[in-house]
Amino acid sequence: MTSSHRAWAYGDNVNTDVIFPGKYTYKVRDPKDFAAHALEDLDPSFATQARPGDVIVAGRNWGCGSSREQAVTALKYAGVVAIIAASFNGLYFRNCVNNGVLPIVCPGLRDAVATGDIIRIDQAAGEIFVGEARFTYTPPPPGVQAILDAGGLLPMLQARFRG
Amino acid sequence: MTGYTFAEKALARAAGVASARAGDLLDVRPDVIFSHDNTAAIRKTFLQTGAQRILHPERVCITLDHAVPAPTTDHALNHAEIRAWVAEQGIRHFFEVGRGICHQVISEEALVLPGEVIFGSDSHTPHFGWMGAFGMGVGRTEMAALWAVGELWLRVPESMRVTLTGALSPGVTTKDVSLHLIGAHGIDGGEYRSVEFAGDALDALSIDERSVLPNMMAEFGAMSAYMPPNQRVFDYLEAKRQRNYTPLYPDADAEYAEDIHIDIGSLRPVVARPHQPDNVAPAGDLYGEVVQQAFLGTCTNGKYEDLVAAARVLKGRRVSIRTLVIPSSAEALKRAAADGTLSILLEAGATIGTPGCGPCMGNHMGVPAPGEATISSANRNFKGRMGTSDASIYLANPYVVAASAITGRITDPGEFLS
Repeated sequence: MTSSHRAWAYGDNVNTDVIFPGKYTYKVRDPKDFAAHALEDLDPSFATQARPGDVIVAGRNWGCGSSREQAVTALKYAGVVAIIAASFNGLYFRNCVNNGVLPIVCPGLRDAVATGDIIRIDQAAGEIFVGEARFTYTPPPPGVQAILDAGGLLPMLQARFRG
Repeated sequence: MTGYTFAEKALARAAGVASARAGDLLDVRPDVIFSHDNTAAIRKTFLQTGAQRILHPERVCITLDHAVPAPTTDHALNHAEIRAWVAEQGIRHFFEVGRGICHQVISEEALVLPGEVIFGSDSHTPHFGWMGAFGMGVGRTEMAALWAVGELWLRVPESMRVTLTGALSPGVTTKDVSLHLIGAHGIDGGEYRSVEFAGDALDALSIDERSVLPNMMAEFGAMSAYMPPNQRVFDYLEAKRQRNYTPLYPDADAEYAEDIHIDIGSLRPVVARPHQPDNVAPAGDLYGEVVQQAFLGTCTNGKYEDLVAAARVLKGRRVSIRTLVIPSSAEALKRAAADGTLSILLEAGATIGTPGCGPCMGNHMGVPAPGEATISSANRNFKGRMGTSDASIYLANPYVVAASAITGRITDPGEFLS
C-alpha cells in the first residue's frame, strides 16, 4: 500500500529559526496561524503553495536549534504529513512523532528528489519510490509507531485520561 | 560485557530498571522538569489531555526569563496566565521576572543534583551536565505529558567521549573549547548522542566555566552532555540542596561511539561567523569584520565570571559601539555590583539589562536592525535568530565580545589583557 506525495526539497542543517522564526513564538498563539510563517526565512513560496499531503525531503540535521514545537506544527498545519531527511536533530525528531508527523531517516533520497517531484511511500515495507528508483528505510519501533498511529502524544493522552 | 556510560546509568536509574543500553526505549521518570515563558502554551495542551492536576508539582520549576520584563501587552498576558497557573497548581519553585535564566537559576538553587535526570522545554537543557545530571530538552507537548503522567518515552542515546587535557591560555575560555569542537566536527557532530567530557583539564575549571561546555552541546546536536562532578561541584550545591544524591560516573570500560581528544592549551580565541555555530575562525583573522553592537549575556556566557572577564578587558577603556550587558541571574548581577565589576562596565560605556535571555532569540531588549552585525556571547547565530533575517551574529567568548566592543571590529582580546 503506497501513498503519493508532492515533495519540497531542502538542504543540510535547516534550523528551527528559519522553519519558524523565534520572534513569533510568543506573538502567534493559535496553531492554525503558525502555517502562514512556515519556512518564512528559507522559502517564502512554501507557506502560500503547500497543500495537504505534501512531504519535506531534506539533507542532514533537519530541525537543529531551538526546541520550539511550532517548527513542526507550522509544517503540519501547512499540510506536511512526513519529513524525510538524511538525519534529524533529536529534539525535532521527537516533536515530529509527538505531533503525528512521520519522520523518516533515509540518507540517499535527497539527491534523487527536486521540489515538485512526486514520491511514493510504502510505510509498511519501509520503502520510498521516486520514479523507478527505490529507497529503503527502517520503520519506527512499535512504541514510536503507536504514538504516530494515535496521531501524536496528545491524542494518546486524551485516550488515557478521557477513556 | 562492556561497562556502562553515564547516560545508560542515569536513564536506567530514572526508568527504574536494573540496566539499559544505547538504543533501548525506556519510560523515564525525571527528578525535575521545568519550563519558562512557554508555560502558558504548555498549559493549553495539558488541559486538552483531560488531566486537571499536575501529578508531581514539587518536581516542577518555572522561570520567567525569555521576555522580561514584559515588553508588550501580549507578553504581559502570557506571564499573567503563568502566574495564575502556578498559584492554582501549587508550584513552589516559581521564579519571577528578573531572577534569571532557567538553567542558571535552577543550578544556583540546587533544585537538581548530580546523578539525577532533568527535562526542560528548552533546547539548552544539556546545560545541567556541568553537575553530572542528565539534562535533555523536550517539546511543549512532551512537557504537558510530563505534567500529566510524570514520565516520557526516550531512546537511550549512544555516547561519545571528549577528553580535554592541558590548561587554557589567557583570553581563551570554555566557549572556545566548545566552538572549536563544533567547528571541527560540525553542528551535527554530536547528533542523538550524549557527549561525555573527561580528562584532567576539567579539574581546573570553575563552576561558571564548566557549564558553558554542556550548554553549547545543544549546538552540536547532542541529546545531553555530562561532566564528572568533583568536590567543587558538591561544595557549590551543598548550601541549598534539599535532598541527598548519588553522583554517577561512567565505567572505565564503557563503550563510546567516538572518542575525541582536545589539548585545550593549544586553543586561541575563536569566533563563529554568520550563520552557523560551526562556521568557526580565529578571532585574530576577522579584524576586517565590523560590528555595530556587542551583547554580553545568555545562559551560555552571562555569568558572574563572564562579567569579570569583560571587565578585565574594559577597565579604563571605552566602548565604541552600543554594548549590552544582561547578567544570566540576579545573583550574578549582585556579585558584580558588590565587587565593582559592574562599575567598570558602566564606566566603559556599557548598559545593563534585566537578568534574563535578553535579545538572544529576538524577543526584545537589543534586537538589531536589518544590515547590522552583533558580536555576542550567546550560543546560536542562525539567520533571523535575533529578530531579523538580515542581521549577522558572531559568537565568541566574553573577552572577545569586550575587545570588539572597544574597536567596533571582531578583535582578538590579547592586546587588552597584557
